[in-house]
Amino acid sequence: MTPAEKARARPANVPRDGPDLTGPELEARLHKTWSRPRGLIGWLSSVDHKEIGIRYIVTALVFFAMAGLLALHMRLQLATPDSNLMTPELYNESFTMHGSTMMFLFAVPVMQGMQIYLTPLMAGTRNMAFPRLTAFSYWMYLSGGLMLWISHVLNVSPDNGWFSYVPLAGPQYSPGKRADVWAQMITFTEVAALAVAVTLTATILKQRAPGMTLARMPIFLWSTLVTSLMVIFSMPSVALASSMLISDRSVGTQFFNPAENGDALLWQHLFWFFGHPEVYIIFLPGTAFVSEIVVTFCRRSIHGYSVVALSLVATGILAFGLWVHHMFATGLPRVGYSFFTAASMSVAIPTGLQIFCWIATMWEGRPRLTVPMLYVIGFIFTFVIGGLSGVIIASVPLDLQLTDTYFIVAHLHYVLIGGSVFPLLGAITYWFPKVTGRMMSERMGKVAFWTIFLGFQLAFFPMHISGLMGMPRRVFTYPAGMGLELWNMLSTIGAFVVGAAVLLFVVNLLASLFRGAPAGPNPWDAPSLEWAAASPPRPYNFAHIPVVESRTPLWDGADSLRVVHGLRVDEPELLLTTVISATPDLREPGVAPSLWPFVSTVAVAVAFVCSIFSPWALVFGAVPIGIALTAWFWPKKPPPEGEPVIV
Amino acid sequence: MKPVRLTVSVMAAIPVSGCAGIQTALGGQAVQSSDFVSLFTIFMVVCTLMYFVIVGALMWAVLRRRRESEACTVETGKHEVSTPQSRVALIAWTSVIAVGLSALAVASFFTDRSLAAAARNPKLAITVTAHQWWWDVQYTPVDPSHIIRTANELHLPVGVPTEITLKSDDVIHSFWIPKLAGKQDVIPGRVTDAQILPRQIGQYRGQCAEFCGAEHANMALDVTVESMADFKKWAAAQLQPATAPTTPLAAAGFNYVTTRQCSVCHNITGTPANGQVGPDLTHFASRKTIAAGTLPLTTGNLYGWIADPQSQKPGSQMPTMQIAPQDLHAIVAYLETLK
Amino acid sequence: MTPRHVFADDLSELPTNAFSYRSLTWWGVIGFMVIEGTAFALVFATYFFLMSHEQHWAPQPLRPPNPLAGTLFTIILLASEIPNTMIKKAAEKYDLPTVRSLLPWMVGIPLLLFVLRGFEFNSLNVNWYDNAYGSVLWALLVLHTTHIGTDWVDTVVLWRLMGTPHGEAPRRFSDVDENSLYWRFVWLSWLPIYLLIYLLPRLFR
Repeated sequence: MTPAEKARARPANVPRDGPDLTGPELEARLHKTWSRPRGLIGWLSSVDHKEIGIRYIVTALVFFAMAGLLALHMRLQLATPDSNLMTPELYNESFTMHGSTMMFLFAVPVMQGMQIYLTPLMAGTRNMAFPRLTAFSYWMYLSGGLMLWISHVLNVSPDNGWFSYVPLAGPQYSPGKRADVWAQMITFTEVAALAVAVTLTATILKQRAPGMTLARMPIFLWSTLVTSLMVIFSMPSVALASSMLISDRSVGTQFFNPAENGDALLWQHLFWFFGHPEVYIIFLPGTAFVSEIVVTFCRRSIHGYSVVALSLVATGILAFGLWVHHMFATGLPRVGYSFFTAASMSVAIPTGLQIFCWIATMWEGRPRLTVPMLYVIGFIFTFVIGGLSGVIIASVPLDLQLTDTYFIVAHLHYVLIGGSVFPLLGAITYWFPKVTGRMMSERMGKVAFWTIFLGFQLAFFPMHISGLMGMPRRVFTYPAGMGLELWNMLSTIGAFVVGAAVLLFVVNLLASLFRGAPAGPNPWDAPSLEWAAASPPRPYNFAHIPVVESRTPLWDGADSLRVVHGLRVDEPELLLTTVISATPDLREPGVAPSLWPFVSTVAVAVAFVCSIFSPWALVFGAVPIGIALTAWFWPKKPPPEGEPVIV
Repeated sequence: MKPVRLTVSVMAAIPVSGCAGIQTALGGQAVQSSDFVSLFTIFMVVCTLMYFVIVGALMWAVLRRRRESEACTVETGKHEVSTPQSRVALIAWTSVIAVGLSALAVASFFTDRSLAAAARNPKLAITVTAHQWWWDVQYTPVDPSHIIRTANELHLPVGVPTEITLKSDDVIHSFWIPKLAGKQDVIPGRVTDAQILPRQIGQYRGQCAEFCGAEHANMALDVTVESMADFKKWAAAQLQPATAPTTPLAAAGFNYVTTRQCSVCHNITGTPANGQVGPDLTHFASRKTIAAGTLPLTTGNLYGWIADPQSQKPGSQMPTMQIAPQDLHAIVAYLETLK
Repeated sequence: MTPRHVFADDLSELPTNAFSYRSLTWWGVIGFMVIEGTAFALVFATYFFLMSHEQHWAPQPLRPPNPLAGTLFTIILLASEIPNTMIKKAAEKYDLPTVRSLLPWMVGIPLLLFVLRGFEFNSLNVNWYDNAYGSVLWALLVLHTTHIGTDWVDTVVLWRLMGTPHGEAPRRFSDVDENSLYWRFVWLSWLPIYLLIYLLPRLFR
């Protein structure tokens, strides 16, 4: 057969799902086709988005705990004035590790992990668009995180803050390898995040279930699409900046050296062009969790779906126009600043609209105060304070007093913890039954919620005051007699309460894993497609690909589910649909488990880590990387006479 | 208005109780910082109001009891239904936010103009050069033979608009005296500036506000705002060369300081010591603190600092040298004469 | 518990391969083009940012780059679009013999381009460590060289693959199609870089 003939070939004797092959027999065969080998090699070769998603989430939570312990140590140091519990060096390393871990190793990865797990299930498909790339991303992320924390154990951890300003981080003022470790950690995590973003975008655009038009997809998928596009446009900036930093430090380029026509502010522009969208990349998935939870527990679809979706898009776009508000004190022309003040204030409008829609949904529906709903309420109480303190610092005259003080530390934790961590804890509680087939303890959940909510206020509200009292950021101690003692002590106590709450949440998680009440597919009677899959979902997610006719498919289908059929059962196969109207378009071969993403990561990681010591590592390292990537893409099975498979 | 005033007073009472704080941003002791306090109050009132509206609406929506049949839920089959009033409410809500933000932006704009006006026609020019981790301060008068050079302190005459030119010798720092004005970053390769118009006599404290390395926390500035007469007295004293030592111990200290390692980094006008690398020590004993606010200037602290600066401020540029005890007595005695 | 299935459309007649936006990997390639395009745009922004600090560009006393090698490079690069387009069209028709015969051009032309690129580095008249101007010029050239280099390796692998029986699978033709698409990005991204390296340092002396 010529290739053109093969493209039109339709083998007759291939088993396909349908009225003739359904129920337990179908599920057994699909299970065989879609599961991966057991054992270590199988585990390393997994391309199942659910496994990879869980790995992302668990790893991110471990990093969260480690960064949290650093925070507790720093709070002990700051509890009293003129303290020498920690040396300045250790303190500077600690806040650098805390910020870098939270931002690069926890916040973005955990959100991407949730997106990786949920997107195919919510979209009604069987896997992510590029499963091996997703696996590769996880290993890259893990490598970057390990490199950073091993450097901490070896006492060469970065110590210039998570933002690593030059010239302090440049070759002259940061001799040694600490700043290079930071810059290379960025490379790992940004490559990982970018790859996931491309995969999520392709999955959402091409793999939605038939009938799931863009206007019918869950708000969570809108948020995932918007944040993935934001990742694609913003992360190259920090990757470029960190590469320029490595280059200045290792081969003598002069990008940031004012003595040779370089500019220290170039770093800030590049970093914050990434840095501002970054915080919305972390925040918008939080709002998506809120939308999904509110719908389920208020028993109605989201009020103002279009408003919410467009608000996400508007926030995503506006986020790229705010970055100079991190630079108001640098002495740039004032007329330029006015634009950024206006833009920074206007970004409150789409968020305000989302808040309206959530409250309106609660108003029109019948709210049930389960643990996820409590986290939503805690989110609104907390995040709005952070948003309003953000409006305050959008004003240049106000920011010139408040920037680089504890007022900002308060603001950022209110928006990040209030805006992302609270919804995340609610989301974990909400989707835990889907992932594990068990319910978390409602009672322990409520105790953990109240502890973290109140502990958070105790820890961070006083920081608004200590900032106003003149306490700058990133100081390992402060003198007595400035009026800072009380507020710092309160913050320290609050921090430990938060720590206890996190512990309680984790205990609930682990205990429920083994002893939680069993859960069926849809214990909350929620409307979106992931709740049609089993709990936990089978490797192939859905026995038949569902058809969607509304925004709340499981509420509108009575007790039947319309499905399409005709996909292969002997080889993994999923469905591609058109971008706008989601009509069925192509049958796409699924991807078999592969060890090459892991092997490629090892090659890349060796090259990146060695490049900290010599730039030649990248040149020589390109060879094993090239070999690994070629092996990854090279087809393993001979081309069949029938339809194609991907190995 | 009463509930609002009460709320604001209660909320303001917490931070204002620290108005006694030497580094608070709520002091308002200069035109710049009092503009901040006014604008901050406006923002706080509006934002607090907005907060209570949102949280009030949330609690009402969550806690109100309604009959199951009236709710628009999946159980009543009305989970896609929205009440028509909600569209009106959405538009009203959006308008409130837009109007509120615009009002705040306008208030901010007016404050910007006020700050710009206060910055015009400065009468006093100072150049501050930031280093890791100290401040080099130079008063730049019209007559170049009358340059005042000091370190880690500022004296400002009350009511006189002052322009401070800011430079950095190494990394990015930030010049910040909260009770007087907002901060201004100091960036190597660029020249930035800050304006201060002090309105109240007093003793204030400034601190570096941009992470600049190991001892960022120990880079403070003692600021004295005084009457014009007192300022002129201070300036005249600063213009004098260093006091000659009168006691034998101080003379021995003078010998040590001006001929040994100290003179490599430090300048004492009127003596052979003219190092330009470290803080000027000509009138060192007239200052309030040592090492950019790290230690109060007392005899005991001075001993500790000179004997072992690295234990007081590890990483600072002043090395710990082996100084024999009798030399230490002499050095301290001499330095204490440099008023 | 499990809802009753109601069977709608039978999808077994749907094709398994298509080109352009119907192909899943096309979206991946576009995604990576957007990422790399953004990175290039940011280097351009860096270039203009550094330039805005200068009275002269190239800053005195540096001479601007010699455009001979770069111009030759550009001409040959643009000419390579001819076999590239022929390959793309052949791929969309599943024309394996044409694809097999033309791919060697896309393997050989870059080799010539690499030689010219070597001369270009030599023609910059500035070192990467001399000045931020030198650093950004080298950055532009190094990034684009990496761009061509990685695409060349992709093309070599594809060339070998299409020579094997694997080349007969319909899916491989989408790979060829997308590889040709990516080559267009390689020369399109070169055009502004050419101007930034060779034209602007002459215009603003």
